[in-house]
Amino acid sequence: MNDNAKARFNGFLLSIAHKIGLFLAMTIICLPGLWIVLASFRPTVEIMAKPPVWIPQELSFDAYVAMFSGVGQGGIPIIEYFRNSLIISVTSTAIALAIGMAGGYAFARFRFKAKSSIFLGLMLTRTVPGIALSLPLFFVYSKLGIIDTHFGLITAYVALNVPFTIWLIDGFFRQVPKDLAEAAQIDGCTRWQAFWQVEFPLAGPGIASAGIFAFLTSWNEFALASQLTRSVNSKTLPVGLLDYTSEFTIDWRGMCALAVIMIIPALVLTFIVQKHLVSGLTSGAVKG
Amino acid sequence: MATVSLEKLVKRYGSLDVVHGIDLEVADREFIALVGPSGCGKSTTLRMIAGLEPVSAGNIKIGGRVINDLPPRARNLAMVFQSYALYPHMTVRENMGFSLKIAGQKPEDIAPQVDEAARTLDLTHLLDRRPSQLSGGQRQRVAMGRAIVRNPDVFLFDEPLSNLDAKLRTQMRVEIKKLHAKVQSTVIYVTHDQVEAMTLADRIVIMRDGYIEQVGTPEDVFQRPNSKFVAGFIGSPPMNLKDADIADGQVVFANGDRLPLPARFRDRVTAGQKVTFGLRPDDLYPAGHGIHSGEDADVHRQDLRVILTEPLGNETLVFSDYAGAEWVGRMLNPRRLAPGEALSFCFDLSQAHLFDRESGRTLRG
Repeated sequence: MNDNAKARFNGFLLSIAHKIGLFLAMTIICLPGLWIVLASFRPTVEIMAKPPVWIPQELSFDAYVAMFSGVGQGGIPIIEYFRNSLIISVTSTAIALAIGMAGGYAFARFRFKAKSSIFLGLMLTRTVPGIALSLPLFFVYSKLGIIDTHFGLITAYVALNVPFTIWLIDGFFRQVPKDLAEAAQIDGCTRWQAFWQVEFPLAGPGIASAGIFAFLTSWNEFALASQLTRSVNSKTLPVGLLDYTSEFTIDWRGMCALAVIMIIPALVLTFIVQKHLVSGLTSGAVKG
Repeated sequence: MATVSLEKLVKRYGSLDVVHGIDLEVADREFIALVGPSGCGKSTTLRMIAGLEPVSAGNIKIGGRVINDLPPRARNLAMVFQSYALYPHMTVRENMGFSLKIAGQKPEDIAPQVDEAARTLDLTHLLDRRPSQLSGGQRQRVAMGRAIVRNPDVFLFDEPLSNLDAKLRTQMRVEIKKLHAKVQSTVIYVTHDQVEAMTLADRIVIMRDGYIEQVGTPEDVFQRPNSKFVAGFIGSPPMNLKDADIADGQVVFANGDRLPLPARFRDRVTAGQKVTFGLRPDDLYPAGHGIHSGEDADVHRQDLRVILTEPLGNETLVFSDYAGAEWVGRMLNPRRLAPGEALSFCFDLSQAHLFDRESGRTLRG
């Protein structure tokens, strides 16, 4: 075999190994999700079977039907939970994005005193695990009387998300050349117009991805929500999962069905925003 | 009337002055080039005129009106950036019409103005492309088109050609010159490339460390540099500048080699004075391969050994060793030279310069 053929053969082997590696990695990542979807359609016996039943014997929509059939008939107030989750996640994301854009822009464009210390301080807040905050937050919230309200959770989630959105959006504004905003100002824009006409559209992908992350954090958060909510007034979907546990039993199938319901909006949102996440939009702005 | 005046203009960052109270008058429709090495304050000065940097002290006037504190949009300027600064999310058409759109003009009024500018710059076929689909030269033209559409009082150029390759740069230089002839606006052009400055500008402002070293026509700054710095900065290859002393009516170099004192400096120097002797490569050439501008008596002949040659086709740069230093000369109608070859060189002393060694100022009257 000559050297070229050998190199070609090695390349072929490498690509096979590559594909096998990818398949294994994706299996590990996707299997839990697939298992949740499957479990939502199978009877409890099959879910709990040992050894596990890999191929489902019978599938039914019973868990979904039960979920919507109202309290008392095996259902949970899913509409209310969904509404709460949506209000809280969307509002907290919008606020976190607004603050993140203002903060990120300031960190990317302006020079001010103690800039790096403030930035570091913001990042340090991310090192505190959310659950560690739950007790102090609970005390403060109960004194303020905002336990079991949308406002309480929205505030907590904004605080949780703002450092992250600032950090992410700062990076994207840094990639937008300063010359562009200056050119816009010479072209007749105020600083405000230059931001909205030129810098905002160019940092759009970054802002969209910060939005997705903030939304998913709020949408999936459980630890704080389980402490700060009490009733259908403010309970979110992750807290609603607990409705499927009782003193002696856990309704795994119902829980998985609710989990699927939770995943769908998050997936849809990610797919919608994904196409806006195309980077490289700024190429061609400046030399190159 | 779009005259531009800088009066005692200062730029200060904290306690560091980067522009030290410069004065400059730019006439209406004049093309003026600011040149100097990196960090000389030329771009900062331009940005102050544009309103992108606040003025620390002094005044900027456009058409006699002080504009120090006006925002960029109120100064009626257009600027072409080194990076082009085209809006990547807009087409060429939108880029060029952007300023008119912001000014509140209707789309049907904007279109003819953009089309007109596009025709001027031969951009018509590119109007619907985005900047990322254009070559460097095309982007540069779009940036100029965006400036023209504004119909500004003053054009500002911030090293607009430095990202282009050498050939394109020459081509764009010609286009900028044509453009100025056509639009007849005042132009302030910042560059570190002295060839651009010499070829384009009516007057050149040479800056160094935040001061203006000399203002003059290209001929002025080339033939009558005020200082050693200007002499060394303008001209390519740069002027030969060698330290020497004046003794016995001669220029005496450190190793004892001597040249006759150029006639026009005879009354301007005293014995023992420490000077820097300057001679452009054009005025140092192998006998029979150059043109001397003065009397025959001003030409000093000297046998020198060739160290190295740089053939450029129509001429050859000849490096030789004299007075313990390397001198570069220019050989017209060149023939092939071998390193080590001894040649009779002509020093055209009527074109020589003498500078005070300490202050660097010219000793010419």
